[in-house]
Amino acid sequence: MKKNPVGKVIINILVILFCCIYLFPVYMVIVNAFKSRAELYENIFALPSSLTLTYFQGALKKMDFIMAFKNSLIVTIVAVLIIVVLSAMTAWMFVRSRNKLSKILYNMLILTMLIPFQTIMMPLMQEMNQFGKLFGIPFKDSLGGLIFMYVGFGAGMGVFLFHGFIKSSVPVSLEEAAIIDGCNIWQLFWRIVFPILKSITVTVIILDVIWIWNDYLLPSLTLTSIKNKTIPLAMSLFFGQYNIEWNMAMAALTFTIIPVIIFYLLCQKHIIKGVAAGAVKG
Amino acid sequence: MKIKKGWYALFTAPLMIMFTIIVIIPFFKGMGYSLVSWDGLAKSEKVFVGVSNYTKIFSDKQFLTSIVRTTAFTLITVVIVNVLALIFAVLVTTKLKVRNVARTMLFLPYLIGGLILGYIWQYVLGDAMSALGEMTGLTNVFFNWLVDKDMAFCAMILVSMWQMAGYMMIVYIAGLEAISDDVIEAAQVDGAGFWRTIMNIKLPLIMSSITICLFLTLSNCFKIYDVNVSLTGGGPNNATEMVSMNIFNEIFTKSHFGYGQAKAIVFFVIIALITLIQVKVTGDKEVSA
Repeated sequence: MKKNPVGKVIINILVILFCCIYLFPVYMVIVNAFKSRAELYENIFALPSSLTLTYFQGALKKMDFIMAFKNSLIVTIVAVLIIVVLSAMTAWMFVRSRNKLSKILYNMLILTMLIPFQTIMMPLMQEMNQFGKLFGIPFKDSLGGLIFMYVGFGAGMGVFLFHGFIKSSVPVSLEEAAIIDGCNIWQLFWRIVFPILKSITVTVIILDVIWIWNDYLLPSLTLTSIKNKTIPLAMSLFFGQYNIEWNMAMAALTFTIIPVIIFYLLCQKHIIKGVAAGAVKG
Repeated sequence: MKIKKGWYALFTAPLMIMFTIIVIIPFFKGMGYSLVSWDGLAKSEKVFVGVSNYTKIFSDKQFLTSIVRTTAFTLITVVIVNVLALIFAVLVTTKLKVRNVARTMLFLPYLIGGLILGYIWQYVLGDAMSALGEMTGLTNVFFNWLVDKDMAFCAMILVSMWQMAGYMMIVYIAGLEAISDDVIEAAQVDGAGFWRTIMNIKLPLIMSSITICLFLTLSNCFKIYDVNVSLTGGGPNNATEMVSMNIFNEIFTKSHFGYGQAKAIVFFVIIALITLIQVKVTGDKEVSA
């Protein structure tokens, strides 16, 4: 096996072949999105003979893809930004203050990561209804309210990852030197500490983006109006219709997969590293 | 370093307040809800029924079945996913030329997300399968899997495997790459072949990766919801309804807010127990080199 060049080539080909078969469902979705109706029923596995774009136009309109994409983008970016900023600040304070309160709060954050979403979804929805009435701003059926909830749910993981990193890799001596030079705590954190956290920040961003972009249950409970729906919600409405027109469904699925694939190919290294680091430390 | 209380509050309070509102308060309020009978409407009264919501669970056949089903699903899927992920990881950490391409391709499904994956496979295992059956005439193998209760259950396993194997592969790769070449070379000098190296050297040394992966797959499988909704919708005839979906339906479809919440609390206890026991058991077996 080691010195036989022909055998090596064959193994390489077999592995790639296997990977292609593994991703066959994705191929089928994309290929069938381009077929006309007659062609789809003729042969569902072949490449399309001509590129029919009508179903893409149809799907674009029917699921209001642009709107859903925009909503998903806003929710994901804003929520992830807030999670990163707040959990980095909190984690750093917890590590540096070393008092009992920090320890208690930190343990609380970690332990509650065990709670499945199903256990709090109903009381949370009740509470959000009450908050909406109390403050006169919509916590439910608003992107802002959804972002607020994501920050609460993302806090545990965020603080946990930053906490571990700060404890092991941010030298206190550096911070003390900065204080002597006249930095206040705010400047110290943003000018000295935060830049050192770059690699773990990327990890937190990647994990939270994957989670929030694909999340379905929370938005399905909070967002009711059409103008607010995110991509997974738009897809579920699309598939929930009486009779699914498969061509259009394939086109809609293609729309949702393509941005993910592009994002993946662009930041592949960061994603794989981030997911591995997140799991190992989690 | 001395930090003033004002700074401490400024740095930690925003996140802790949000966290308390979103996670802590609903968690405790949920315990209260689990003791009442309520249909979820603001105008209807919440009637205190004590622990009877919890005792009712023991005679709820559909819920108990869904627990057994989810347990079976979890056990099978955890084994398949981890074996497959280990094979993938060993494969792409060899000196094969295509290892990076393979790694990229195998990991892709995880990024697509459970709901969308379910819809993709709904097409593949439903319409595409029956079309294949008509094409080949082999209708006893190629038929719409999702209308048959056993095959629909297999479909759940297949799709979850597809979603998670690449993810776990990444974790195992990290473990395998952390083993120093010296250890492997020493073993090979001592005459260990390909299999012996894997079984006696690599596996014991990645025990911590195995712990992590078991933990992740176990809790992911037991909590599965998205794939369940989009792939089978719990059907045919509730034959693939998992615990998460049962709880969701009890609360939001049947409007049994109190009873559903009691189930949700039981669900939490089960999840917490499983993960704690599992971490304890596998944690003891870790080896370092």
